[in-house]
Amino acid sequence: MAEARQQARRPHGAAGAIVLNGVHKWYGEFHVLRDINLTVREGEKIVICGPSGSGKSTLIRCINRLEEHQQGEIVVDGIELTNDLRNIDKIRAEVGMVFQSFNLFPHLTILDNLCLAPVWVKKKSRAEAEKTARMYLERVKIPEQALKYPGQLSGGQQQRVAIARALCMNPNIMLFDEPTSALDPEMIKEVLDVMIELANSGMTMMCVTHEMAFARSVADRVIFMDRGEIVEMAPPEEFFANPKSDRTKHFLSQILNH
Amino acid sequence: MTATTNRPGPGPISPPAKPNLLYRPEFRQAVYQILLAACLIFAFWTIASNVSDNLARQNIASGFGFWNRTAGFDISQSLIAYSNQSTYGQAFWAGLLNTLLVAAIGIVFATILGFLVGIGRLSSNWLIARICGAYVEILRNLPLLLQLFFWYFAVLKNLPGPRQSFSLPLGASLNVRGLYLPAPVPGPGFRAVLIALAIGVVASFAVAIWAKRRQRETGERFPVLWTTLALILLLPGAVYIALGQPLSFEYPALRGFNFQGGIAIQPELMALVVGLSTYTASFIAEIVRAGIAGVPRGQREAANAVGLSKGLTMRLVILPQALRIIIPPLTSQYLNLAKNSSLAVAIGYPDFVSVFTGTVLNQTGQAVEVILLTMLVFLTISLITSAFMNWFNKHIALVER
Ligand SMILES: Nc1ncnc2c1ncn2[C@@H]1O[C@H](COP(=O)(O)OP(=O)(O)OP(=O)(O)O)[C@@H](O)[C@H]1O
Ligand SMILES: [Mg+2]
Repeated sequence: MAEARQQARRPHGAAGAIVLNGVHKWYGEFHVLRDINLTVREGEKIVICGPSGSGKSTLIRCINRLEEHQQGEIVVDGIELTNDLRNIDKIRAEVGMVFQSFNLFPHLTILDNLCLAPVWVKKKSRAEAEKTARMYLERVKIPEQALKYPGQLSGGQQQRVAIARALCMNPNIMLFDEPTSALDPEMIKEVLDVMIELANSGMTMMCVTHEMAFARSVADRVIFMDRGEIVEMAPPEEFFANPKSDRTKHFLSQILNH
Repeated sequence: MTATTNRPGPGPISPPAKPNLLYRPEFRQAVYQILLAACLIFAFWTIASNVSDNLARQNIASGFGFWNRTAGFDISQSLIAYSNQSTYGQAFWAGLLNTLLVAAIGIVFATILGFLVGIGRLSSNWLIARICGAYVEILRNLPLLLQLFFWYFAVLKNLPGPRQSFSLPLGASLNVRGLYLPAPVPGPGFRAVLIALAIGVVASFAVAIWAKRRQRETGERFPVLWTTLALILLLPGAVYIALGQPLSFEYPALRGFNFQGGIAIQPELMALVVGLSTYTASFIAEIVRAGIAGVPRGQREAANAVGLSKGLTMRLVILPQALRIIIPPLTSQYLNLAKNSSLAVAIGYPDFVSVFTGTVLNQTGQAVEVILLTMLVFLTISLITSAFMNWFNKHIALVER
């Protein structure tokens, strides 16, 4: 079954799960993304870091069209992101996203948060959606919270629910935008553990984070962005041991020695 | 310096001494409340004795003896049987029903229009957003009385006379005297059609419940909207045709100088309903817009990220959260609409205030009783409305936590 799924999902062969080709984006006059070129292979884990305002969030939000790029091409799972609404819908069904501020739906129970999209978008039966939801709640280690509301959970629990909510759509790719930076230190670990487990299961992941230990142990490549550009891209050993650019060195010295 | 220097000497901590009665908050509050109550009672007593002295001097009997006396004046439109031989009590009810009629129709139209304009203002379609924005800015910034005058004098009273009246579809006509609609006249056997309609409505509820349960179980959607339409329209329609169309219409027809027959809706009522609901809709639109804007942006992004379409995002994620922000100010708009309906007096619609607080008060001179009753009526309407809205708000808030 897993093989059939893989075949169904890769119509364009091994071009890469995510391909960005000469992508530019402007906010009015402000050039946020400059000539981004990146190919993410299936199953690859990418960690993106960089100073505040460097365009990290904008970059990964372009991949599921929460932001629109103005130049260049973005191809996700063989589907090009254009203004075609059907393509956007298809890509959003393939790509799960986890936000810094969790963004759970506060008027719905945890279970309803998880079942909403499978029922309304994938047209699954409620029973089937609930079964999947409970399975993922088990995987993020909070099965007992199913009937509570988001406001009754701790930050770490909410973020794990948010991960489970994305997984319930059975995505091929997961995007994370600083998933742990709104959390207290003791909750960071419980979320990172879930992410590490997810990485080990072979999920394609793009993760904006400053958790360098996570980057070291999980990432296949680490990207350093500054002022809208990809300044450096390398496997973690190389990235941390001998960064090439001065900007990367400066950034690393700042976040590693504090 | 160490903290120990500031500590009181060793020894057991004694319980705090009870302060003097004068310095105790409970005592002070009780005293203030008693003083306030005494002042209020004194003020009321002064006013009441003054009023009754004055009334006695003018030989006006107080009390509700006037209630059953003949009113002797006409009311141009009444939902209950009323003539100039009716009593003041009947005039009270006729006026009250007229006000409730305007408030009920006005609230329904204002809510529908207000939600459409409010959501439209946030539309990504430039033209729709601008039109809705202009609507709000114009309607809510002009005085309501002016708008009522506009609808009544500039629009409805400028329509042609009965002989040149506009013919509308389905045999309706519009002229300076009002809107004339065909009146349905049920023939023999029409009751069967009504029964079929009732069955259709009940059956569509059953289908809706069944379809919801089936969606929960199997995920399959059932075309509930179409089934409902078919049940409610086709079923009674079939019975109607099978029975040989047992419903005739009495069409309004020009006889002499005016239209006779059919249902006549006076221009005063139309102007008041249109004026009140379009005016209130502009405020409701702002409330709806603020409610939607009050839902954090991340909610829409999260909904988009899991693949919900724009419409589903609005319906399943944004509106349920916005509604909690919308309901309380919406309630006060409903109350405003009900109270503003008393401007009817300016365009000659016989609402409660113009009939009862105007004419009845003038004729009987029972100012205290009439005004007390008027206040009571508006208080009752307001309290019932807020009670309902509070219940509704609690109902949707409970879903939240
Ligand atoms: N909607 C917007 N309109 C205009 N400018 C924006 C908008 N969103 C972001 N920006 C600007 O674009 C730049 C990049 O923003 P982005 O959120 O991608 O940065 P980031 O690298 O994620 O930073 P952080 O670490 O603070 O999250 C910032 O300078 C920001 O001010
Ligand atoms: Mg960011």
